Amino acid sequence: MFELLYQNIEQTVSVILFGIGLTILLLQRNLIRKIIGLNIMDTAIYLFLASMGFIGGRKAPIVVDGVTEVSAYINPIPAGLVLTGIVVSVSFTAIMLALTVRLYRRYHTLDIDVIALLAKGEDA
Amino acid sequence: MSIVHNFPFFSILLCMAAGIFTSMFKQKLAKWVTFSVVFAVFTLSAFTLALTLRLDASYPFMMGHFPAPWGNEIRIGRLEALMATGFSGVLLLALIAGFHHSPSFVSEQKTNLYCIMVDLALAAILALIYTNDLFTVYVFIEIMTIASCALVVVRQNGHTLVAITRYMIMHLLGSGLLLLGISMLYGITGHLLMQPLNQAVRQIVQTGNYTGPLTVVIALITSALAIKSAMFPFHVWAPDTYAFAPPLSSAILSGLISKAYIFVLIKFFYRVIGMDVIISQNISQFLFICGSSGMILGSVFAISQRDIRKMIAYSSVAQIGYVYMGLGMGSNAGTEAALFQMLVHAVVKSVLFLATYELINVSGDRKRFHYLHGAGYRNVVAGIVFTVASLSMVGFPFTGGFIVKLNLAVSGMAYGGWMRAFVLVALAVSTLLNAVYFLHTVVSIYRRPSQDIVYPSVVKSPWYAMAAMTVSAVVILYLGVGSQPILDIIKEGLKTLI
Amino acid sequence: MSKRRSDWQSRPQNRVRQWFHNGFLALDDEIINQVTKETLRMDSDSEMDKHQEMLDSHRHERTLALERLDQYNIQAWANTRGRKALSRIYVTISFVLAFVMIFFLLRTVATMPRFSDPNAPTNNEVMARYIEKGLEETGAVNIVAGMILDYRAFDTLGESTVLFIAASAVLILLRIDRRKDGTPVQELIAAESDDRHYEPRSDRILQGSAKVLVPIIFLFGIYIMLNGHLSPGGGFSGGSIVSAGLILYLDSFGFEKAGKFFTYKTFSWVSFLSLSFYAIAKTYSFYCGANGLPSGIPLGTPGAILSSGLILPLNIAVGLVVACTMYIFYALFRKGGL
Repeated sequence: MFELLYQNIEQTVSVILFGIGLTILLLQRNLIRKIIGLNIMDTAIYLFLASMGFIGGRKAPIVVDGVTEVSAYINPIPAGLVLTGIVVSVSFTAIMLALTVRLYRRYHTLDIDVIALLAKGEDA
Repeated sequence: MSIVHNFPFFSILLCMAAGIFTSMFKQKLAKWVTFSVVFAVFTLSAFTLALTLRLDASYPFMMGHFPAPWGNEIRIGRLEALMATGFSGVLLLALIAGFHHSPSFVSEQKTNLYCIMVDLALAAILALIYTNDLFTVYVFIEIMTIASCALVVVRQNGHTLVAITRYMIMHLLGSGLLLLGISMLYGITGHLLMQPLNQAVRQIVQTGNYTGPLTVVIALITSALAIKSAMFPFHVWAPDTYAFAPPLSSAILSGLISKAYIFVLIKFFYRVIGMDVIISQNISQFLFICGSSGMILGSVFAISQRDIRKMIAYSSVAQIGYVYMGLGMGSNAGTEAALFQMLVHAVVKSVLFLATYELINVSGDRKRFHYLHGAGYRNVVAGIVFTVASLSMVGFPFTGGFIVKLNLAVSGMAYGGWMRAFVLVALAVSTLLNAVYFLHTVVSIYRRPSQDIVYPSVVKSPWYAMAAMTVSAVVILYLGVGSQPILDIIKEGLKTLI
Repeated sequence: MSKRRSDWQSRPQNRVRQWFHNGFLALDDEIINQVTKETLRMDSDSEMDKHQEMLDSHRHERTLALERLDQYNIQAWANTRGRKALSRIYVTISFVLAFVMIFFLLRTVATMPRFSDPNAPTNNEVMARYIEKGLEETGAVNIVAGMILDYRAFDTLGESTVLFIAASAVLILLRIDRRKDGTPVQELIAAESDDRHYEPRSDRILQGSAKVLVPIIFLFGIYIMLNGHLSPGGGFSGGSIVSAGLILYLDSFGFEKAGKFFTYKTFSWVSFLSLSFYAIAKTYSFYCGANGLPSGIPLGTPGAILSSGLILPLNIAVGLVVACTMYIFYALFRKGGL
């Protein structure tokens, strides 16, 4: 199995990073760290996607000198998907940071457990 | 191709354009644009439904100049058209019944931002219903997630902020799993469009290459959509979000948005993977067990609540359980019952949240049950509507809920042995539990209020809001009496969904 | 056991925190007073008193929040041992879960198609047509741009909508509105004073380098935007470079100068115009495509700057949206508005 994993080293690394990011997103009580975990997780997926499009010895999919043979370029689809993914993750990061700013202004702490406890005491 | 064939595409683009244009409008105009767009979408979807009823199969619609595996595509069948009509109709009724409360939860300058969210949420719901491309599903699921976050967070007190943080964390987890699942599926098949994917999956199952990754992909995408639609063990974000959001937003979120995720899941099962593979991978059994335990435990949690809004929020978890139980049976009959439950629950839950808000409002904005005594007399229409919706939740004959439970029981009877017994017992227990808390609430809103509580006089809700609620109640009764045509459409539509 | 201390207040980290907060609060008050005087230009004493009251209530609320936090921390300190044990179990379980998940995903990866394999399932007829016919059908030399803005344009329309809706959501969360008569609310004053902690006031080095760098960054971003169909880049990357230039300008010269050419109105008009152009153009081309009508948009000679039909204007539209959105994110995070 290790040999197979070594052949797919990009995907292996990206899956491990995904696990790390997921754990940080779920376990860290600090909101900023959660956001960092989210970004690690998303970036891992982009690495995964990008590694799928690569074919050894071929060039980036930009037509040079009018050569339009399949064997000359790598797969352009994962690049497009990664682009979409990046935009989505930027949007999510912005919204999470905005929520964090709101919560910090209100409770003066970033610890989500403390915030939940403090909020419980308020009127619904 | 007649002009009616274009209507689904028009309705998606109309909602998106309305969202973009609303950003420039003042609040009054924004409100009217939103209302008329939702009404227009409802009309267009109704025309599409009439068209698809005359066609034998679903038809594809190219989004651009390039045919199927190269360009984007949407595919329209009668089931999709029925869902679009139903959901936009429910949204229209909810907007009429609930939008006049908007000054109480969103400031005047931000009303148009709220309208943007409603428009784009509808655009995302329609796109998810019609789309035939797995990556479009991902993009529009993200739009829907952000829209629902913003719909909740217009009311900025501590509870909503904490609830929405939980919501975001769970949904981000779901999005990550979904994207990973989609990219793995792309890696082993090389397609993103649903029909070529289905062929590739068939090939994988036949040849036996990549069956391991296929199982993981199904597990990843199913769990992602289960998290996003608040299936039982993943429901932790749902009750607080539904309970503390503004009433209109709760109606939209639990009535429509969670259903759109489930519709995508059904499409994934039937159109992309194939139900036989799902059953052979034991995914449907997993959904069945989660759904039935959610049905019972959601109700148990609901009984222990002291805040009426939280009680209704937990009952949402239980009702989603019915959908997943039907889907998990793995038979067409079970999925039909699940689809019908999606429609019924969309109507019932949205009107239930709005009627509850009216009852709370006439009780001086207090949510505990003993303050609600006599609320049914203080606002007669809301009381009656609440009662009808509650009876449907319990499964009283002549309401939509009864037909759902009947269909689920019938499709459970098709199995032998423990499965049949399990379905019947779960339905019986959950009906009993539903009766406990909903009938208790109905009784308590018609009880004589205690003398020491002073109820402030409040401005009455306008007639059109009450009329919209009454229409919803009539729809609930209609779904219980004349539902056969709808069930027929669902039955035929499920065959053409593939 | 030895680590347990009874006196929470005397922990060094708490003393540092106290010292930091006290200094911070005094500075905060000073700046709030200054900003209130500047922005409101009080005429009468009664108005002054009213604002003084508001300021006091604001301070009071803040102190209350900090006190509540302190109380919570003291309680938490007292209960440390139980919490520690609990959190240790929690961490252990979650590590186990994470490892199980990574293990399953690794097993999957081991059976996935080989890396850089030309015969992998992803290299099929879909990709072949994009490469072989892409130049001919879309006119774009950059095949990725042709793919995202022509073949799969519906996804990209959704993608720009994601940015737009995210900007609207952040506006809902963070924008602080003025009153109807245009006077700022207390929250706005507080946010403004908060911002003054961080705003560098006429920093020579920063301003000097910004004067040199900002035009170059703008030019580079615009180049990337305009050449999106010819070389790597496009609307998204070009737009974010332009927004970086805008943010650098704002950082070095302050809101007052940046507000001369970029206000909230600019943001809403630019994003409205470019997104509606995008939506209308794509509606037209989808409608033509689905109904089998010719779109009548010339593709031009491949490689020329004015070529590849709608891709160039769409890249510009996307770039403008991205630049405005990123800039407004930054402004909203700093002080809740432009």
